[in-house]
Amino acid sequence: MSIRERLSGNEAIATAMRQIDPDVFAAFPITPSTEIPQYFAQYVADGKVGTEYVTVESEHSSMSTCIGASAAGARAVTATSSAGLAFMYEVLYVAASSRLPITLACVNRTLTGPININNDHSDSMGARDSGWLQIYAENNQEAYDNYLQAMRISEHPDVRLPIMICQDGFITSHAVENILLESDEDVKKFVGEYHPEHALMGRDHPLAVGPYDSCPFCMEHKVQQAEAMKNAKKVILDVAADFEKTFGRKYGFFEEYRMEDAEVALVLIGSTAGTAKACVEKLRAQGVKAGLVKIRVFRPFPMEELAQALKNVKAVAVMDKSEGYSGCGGPLFAETRSACYDLPTPPKMVDVVYGLAGRDCAVEDIEKVYRHLLKIVETGEVGPRYIHFGQRSSQEEVL
Amino acid sequence: MSETMTEIRWHGRGGQGAKTACLLLADAAFASGKYVQGFPEYGPERMGVPITAYNRISSVPCTIHSNIYNPDYVVVVDESLLSSVDVTAGLSPEGAVVINSPRSPEELRPLLRGYTGGVYTIDARSISEKYLGRYFPNTPMLAAIVKVSRVLEPERFVADMEASFHHKFATKPQVIEGNMKCLTESMKEVRGA
Repeated sequence: MSIRERLSGNEAIATAMRQIDPDVFAAFPITPSTEIPQYFAQYVADGKVGTEYVTVESEHSSMSTCIGASAAGARAVTATSSAGLAFMYEVLYVAASSRLPITLACVNRTLTGPININNDHSDSMGARDSGWLQIYAENNQEAYDNYLQAMRISEHPDVRLPIMICQDGFITSHAVENILLESDEDVKKFVGEYHPEHALMGRDHPLAVGPYDSCPFCMEHKVQQAEAMKNAKKVILDVAADFEKTFGRKYGFFEEYRMEDAEVALVLIGSTAGTAKACVEKLRAQGVKAGLVKIRVFRPFPMEELAQALKNVKAVAVMDKSEGYSGCGGPLFAETRSACYDLPTPPKMVDVVYGLAGRDCAVEDIEKVYRHLLKIVETGEVGPRYIHFGQRSSQEEVL
Repeated sequence: MSETMTEIRWHGRGGQGAKTACLLLADAAFASGKYVQGFPEYGPERMGVPITAYNRISSVPCTIHSNIYNPDYVVVVDESLLSSVDVTAGLSPEGAVVINSPRSPEELRPLLRGYTGGVYTIDARSISEKYLGRYFPNTPMLAAIVKVSRVLEPERFVADMEASFHHKFATKPQVIEGNMKCLTESMKEVRGA
C-alpha cells in the first residue's frame, strides 16, 4: 500500500536513499542538490541509516570516494549539480570504464557561465558520452521511482555501469507536490542487496582496479563497455516491469502521451513534459491531433523504439533544454533526427532550444511550438531547423 | 479561477518567510485532501531582495510546471514592494490581492496600477509582534489568504495548522499558542472588498 505524502523532489530522493540505506554517501553540496546531502546528514545523525557519510572537499573527491567504495564492493551514492558534475568529469569516465555501479542523483542546473543557478540540462548533457546511464524525471514521483529502480539496473551483471538519476533543478527539486511513497520494507525488498561478483575486498579473488590498459586490450574493454550500454536496454525494461508489478506505476524508455493518432508531436525531457501535457489536452479539445514523447532514458538512447513512436507523425519539434554549441542543434535533436533517418518517410523535424538557465516555459509557450508545427504541415515548408525559443526580444523569435 | 484549481502568487522579500508561508499553505491544502504545488522562484539569494513563490491547489492532479502568470490571488508580504513590483500583473479581476499593511484597502488601491478586483489588507506586523513578540509575517498572511480566497475551509484549516504546529514545534511548544493566535486574529482582522 503506497503512502500518500507531499515532498519536494530533493526530499523524495533523500527519502529513497534513506530507505535503501546505501553503504557509502560521498557528500559535497551544490545548489540546487544541496538539500539531498543535507537531509541525508540528518538521517545519519538520527541513526536512521548505517551509511558511511563521507564529507569531502570537492566533487572530484566525492566521485573518487564513490569509485573507491564501489571498487571495494560497497553500494556508493552521491548527489550533485552543474559545475559540481563538471568537476567530476575526469572521474566519471573512470567510474564507467571500471564498471562501477555508482548511483548519482543529478539535480539539473545550467553550467556556468555566465553564472546562474537555475535549471537546464547542460550539466548532464555534457556528460552524455561519459559511459553513464541517464534516466530523467518529469516530477518528484518519477525522481523517486527512478531512484528505486536505479541500482537494480546499474548493478545488473549484464550492465555494471554507473547511473545518473536526473531531475530538474528548482522546478522539481524545490517544488513540494503530492507523491506516493512505498514502505521502507517494500523498498528494501524491491531494491535488494548488492553482492558484486568481484571486489577489492574479496580476498579469495584478488584484483586490480584502474591499472594501465595497454593497446592490445584497451579497445576490447571499451567495446565491452559499449555492449554493456546496449545490454542496459533490456534490463531497464525488465526492472520497469517488475516495478509496475510491485508498485503499480508504469515506466519505459519514454512516455508516449496521446501519440496514437498524433500528426504533430514534441520530443522533450523533464518537467516541461507536464506543462506540454496540459497543452496537448487544450489542443485536443480544439481538434488538433497533438502528441508528446517524453524521453525518460537518454543513455542508452532508445533509437529504434523512438523511431517507431514517431513514424506516423507529420512534423516533430525536438525541444532541447541545453545548447550543445554544435552550431546545428542540441543533443536531443541530434539523437532524435538520427533515430528517424532509417524511416521510409521520416517526419519533418525542427530543433527548439528553450528554457536555458531557467527561462520559464508555460502552456502558452508550448502552444506556439505546436502552432509552428501545424504551419509546417500545412505549408510543407520546414523553415529554420534550429531555433532558440523564449528570448526577451520578439525580434529574435522565429515562433 | 478554474472550477478545479486555484493559483496563488506570493511576493515577499528574502528572509521574510514568503516561501515558508507558501509551503505551509501547500501542507494545509494537502492535509485537506487536495493536490498541491508549492514552489519558490529563485533569483540572487540574499536577504531583502524581492522573491516570488507560487501555489497551485487543485481537486485533480496538476501537471503544469511553469510559474503562474494569471493568478487567482496574490499575497504581498512586504508593502514596500508595491512601488517596485507590479504585484497585480495578470491577476484575475475576479480574484483579490492581500497586502500586509496597517493601512486601509482604500488607501492602497491607487498604488495597484488600475487593478479592479478585491483589495484586502492585514496588519501582520502588529499581530505578529503582539502574539509572537517578533516580526514573523508569514503565519498571519497565510491565515489572511485562506480567509479571503476560501481555497480551504477555514475551520478545517485552523485545526490542520494546529496539528502541523505541534509537529513542527515539537521541541519548542511555547510558540504554538502564539502562532495559533496569529492565525485566528488575522482571520478576524483582515479587511477589504
